[in-house]
Formats: sequence, C-alpha cells, structure tokens
Amino acid sequence: MKPPPFEYHAPVSVDEALAALAETGPHGKVLAGGQSLIPLLNMRLAAPSHLVDINRVGELNTIAARPGGVRVGALARHAAVERSAEAAAVLPLLRQALALVAHPVIRNRGTVVGSLVHADPSAEMPAVLALLGGSVRLARLGGEREVAAADFFTGPMESAVEPGELAVSAFFPAPPPRSGTAFQEVARRHGDYAVAGMAALVTLDEDLRIAAARVACVSVGPAPVVIDLSDACDRRPAASVPWDAVAAAVRDRIDPDGDIHATAEYRRHLTGVLAVRALKDAARNAGTEAADE
Amino acid sequence: MSEETTRHLVTLVVNGVVREAAVPARRLLSDFLRHDLGLTGTHVGCEHGVCGACTVLLDGEPVRSCLTFAVTVDGHEITTVEGLARDGEPSPVQRAFTECHGLQCGFCTPGFLCTVTAFLRDNPAPTEEEALEAVSGNLCRCTGYQNIIKAVHRAAEIQAETQVRPGDREGRA
Ligand SMILES: Cc1cc2nc3c(=O)[nH]c(=O)nc-3n(C[C@H](O)[C@H](O)[C@H](O)COP(=O)(O)OP(=O)(O)OC[C@H]3O[C@@H](n4cnc5c(N)ncnc54)[C@H](O)[C@@H]3O)c2cc1C
Ligand code: FES
Ligand code: FES
Repeated sequence: MKPPPFEYHAPVSVDEALAALAETGPHGKVLAGGQSLIPLLNMRLAAPSHLVDINRVGELNTIAARPGGVRVGALARHAAVERSAEAAAVLPLLRQALALVAHPVIRNRGTVVGSLVHADPSAEMPAVLALLGGSVRLARLGGEREVAAADFFTGPMESAVEPGELAVSAFFPAPPPRSGTAFQEVARRHGDYAVAGMAALVTLDEDLRIAAARVACVSVGPAPVVIDLSDACDRRPAASVPWDAVAAAVRDRIDPDGDIHATAEYRRHLTGVLAVRALKDAARNAGTEAADE
Repeated sequence: MSEETTRHLVTLVVNGVVREAAVPARRLLSDFLRHDLGLTGTHVGCEHGVCGACTVLLDGEPVRSCLTFAVTVDGHEITTVEGLARDGEPSPVQRAFTECHGLQCGFCTPGFLCTVTAFLRDNPAPTEEEALEAVSGNLCRCTGYQNIIKAVHRAAEIQAETQVRPGDREGRA
C-alpha cells in the first residue's frame, strides 16, 4: 500500500506546469487534490513515471461567480466551492451536489476540476456539468480549447484530456430564470459513491407550469446519462404531472449494469424513483425562485 | 532507480515545532510523520482514504495524511494528535473522549480527535445530525459510535464552559 516511485515536478505557474506536461507527455500525470489519484497509486493500480503537482499554482485557485454562471479553477477545492456564498447564489446545484461528494475531510483536498477529469461514472460533479451543459477548458503548451460536457466524458474514468494537457477550469452555466435544481442519491453508506442518483433541473413558464425538465443520472452508464423529460412532464404544474409516466420514461432510457452493490433491475427501479423525487424538489425550488423574482 | 534516489528536503511546522527530513517524493505524509519524524500518534488503517485513522490538521483543516504527499505540503503547518494538548493538559475534545469512554481500543481515536477538534472550532454547538455528519468519514472497527458521539457533544459543553467570555481577559479554566 505504498505508491510506486515517480519523478516529482512542482510548478508554481500554469506556464511551468504546461512546460512540465509537454516534456513528460504520456508519462506525466497531474496531481491535484490527490483524493482519487493517491488511492490508485497506493494500490498500485497506476504507476505514472512523472507527477506534475499543481498545488503551488496559486493562479488556478479561483471561483468566479457571474450572473451567467460559475467558473471554477483547477485548484478550487470541493470545500471552497461548497462554502462559496457567491457560487451558491448563482447556482445552488453546486452546493446541493457537493454536500454528497465523499466526506467533509476528503472535500478539504479534492478539487472540482479533478473530479471532472477523473470522470468516475458514479461521481456527482460530472453529472452536474452534463446537466447544465457546461464545459472544461484545457490548456497545453501554446494552445487552449474549451470542450463541452457532452464531448468531455468519453467513458468510465475517461475524459477528453490528452497527454500534455492541463484542465485549467470548468464553467457551470446558470440556468434560465424561474429554474430550480436538486440532487438526489442513494449510497450504501453516508459519503460513499452513489448506487444511483441524479441532478435535476426544472424550468417553469409564466403560469408556473413545467416548461422544461431534465436529469443527469449517475451510476447507470459509462458517463452521466442526460435525459430530457420536458415532454413527459406534459407542460403541467408539478402537482398534476403524471409522475409514474416520468419514472417510466427514465427507466426506459437507461441501461444500468449490476455489480456487488446492486442488481441492474434495482438500479433501474431506484433511478426512476429518485428522478421523480429530484424533479419534484427542483420544481419546488423553481417555484421559490419564481416567487422571488 | 533514479526516482528513488532523488530526495526532497521537506520542512513542516509540526505541532508548533519546525521539523525537516529529506525524503523521496512518494513519501506519504502519514509515513513522513510516523517514520521520518517518529510521531506515531497518527495511525494508519486503510491507506486509501476510507477509514480516517490518519486524519491530521493541515493549516488547521482536517485532511487524510495517507492521501497527501509530504513534498506537496512542504512549508505548511501540521497538527497531529500529539499537538492537541495545551501545557500538558488534555484538550476539551480529549477530556470528553476520556469521560465518555470514547477511547475504546484507541486505534481510530487520533483521527476522530483531529476531525472533531476542527469541527467544533467551526461549529461549537452542533445538532445530533451535524455531529453524526462530522464523524461519518471516520470508521471505528472495534466497538462503535455511541460513546464517540456522546463525546462530541460533551466536548462542545466543555469547550463552552472553558471559553473566554466577553469581558474576561483570560480563559476561565
Ligand atoms: C473515501 C473517498 C470517498 C469518495 N467519495 C466520492 C464521492 O462520493 N463522489 C465523488 O464524486 N468523489 C468521491 N471521491 C473522490 C474525490 O471527489 C476526488 O477529490 C476527486 O474525484 C478527484 O479530485 P482530486 O482533486 O483529488 O484529483 P486527483 O486525485 O489529484 O486526480 C484525479 C485524476 O484527475 C487528473 N487530474 C486532476 N486534476 C487535473 C487537471 N487540472 N488537469 C488534468 N488532469 C487532472 C489526475 O491526473 C488524475 O488522473 C472520494 C474519494 C475518497 C478518498
Ligand atoms: S489510513 Fe488514511 S484514511 Fe485510512
Ligand atoms: S476505538 Fe477501537 S477502532 Fe475505534
């Protein structure tokens, strides 16, 4: 249970980090909070020969909340984003989801961007980015690209980040007015990765009927599964939505696997149930939001 | 291997004392504290972040020392269980664990003490729910959590009794 040896790089700026990543190419790996990478190293499931530690790159420690959305820098820890009142005011979903990511102590070190790059299909933050249609900014020596969430999560534990690239920030766009969000999940133990769960977004029209509804499910596919449920909600107020039909629409759209934690059938059932709970919560939050306008 | 022979000088302020050692980059903070500095109060259970036994305070915030490289935190302040007592007197959290029999076999205790110390600093009067959430990332394998939870609330009481009140110049304890 000790990490294998590696060559250590300690850049203090993005430029230095990009130079180190360019030099080490496929042999180099970024070390952010270490809360996913170090367990893999300790268990010898990964053995990169170079680690580029970005913990001294202060310019990446940013959380910028604007009316249009929140941009989170690569060194912003889960706990800092969770605590940020400015970020929560623009996008309550960040705090709703982060409260479910591991335990508070893990959140003190783990980063939001690291969690996106790690791309665990059971992780909360990839689902949040996918639900909102956000993006990740990737830099390499001499260039930069912004990758949309839909193209970013390429498979289980696989993201669009290429050797030599550093994810510098992620952008979580704010939903339109009269929107509400929620995160619901079931885990075997408090703080564990979810057996099933989802982020939900509901937007009401002027008569407080559900104009748009969407969920992004975790643990039921290789990457977050985004499902548009606007039609299933039938443009009705939350109280008269045919919720059984909504749950059925969700169950039809997913193809979960079974494992030691849950059978595929149980995951499918649970995902339907949680979708209804999450959408009802989101609709309630949207109502409060609309009342505050 | 050349990576293995490269040593990095790591300087930490541990429990208020400057300590340093030259270690390979792969040295976990938990092993740095235990092996290189001889501070064996920090325990190691799972070495993958699940059990919480290795929790220490990094610049005052609880972190898993088994998921942190010593080189990464070069120059920072660490508080371990050895540093919780003040002037030889157990801290309120340590006293509460003794009073409520929260120590049990003691293996998981250092992690609980560090976690709870930081938690009660931020939330001096927690609800039952908040206290449970605070220790939910620490596992106790020999006994259970009833006495530990009691100790969290008792520590909050002791802390409130001994706190500096407005108008007092010194702590009353
Ligand atoms: C006990 C435990 C329970 C957990 N439970 C959950 C949970 O319920 N839900 C959840 O979502 N997560 C959970 N996690 C994981 C945690 O959220 C991690 O913090 C997160 O997955 C990775 O973030 P990090 O900053 O620690 O990244 P690291 O561990 O440092 O890196 C992870 C991977 O991403 C790459 N990487 C990181 N940052 C960048 C970057 N800026 N550019 C390019 N590559 C990068 C690394 O090279 C590595 O491959 C848990 C972890 C533990 C130890
Ligand atoms: S030894 Fe660090 S969490 Fe178990
Ligand atoms: S007191 Fe023995 S493991 Fe917790």
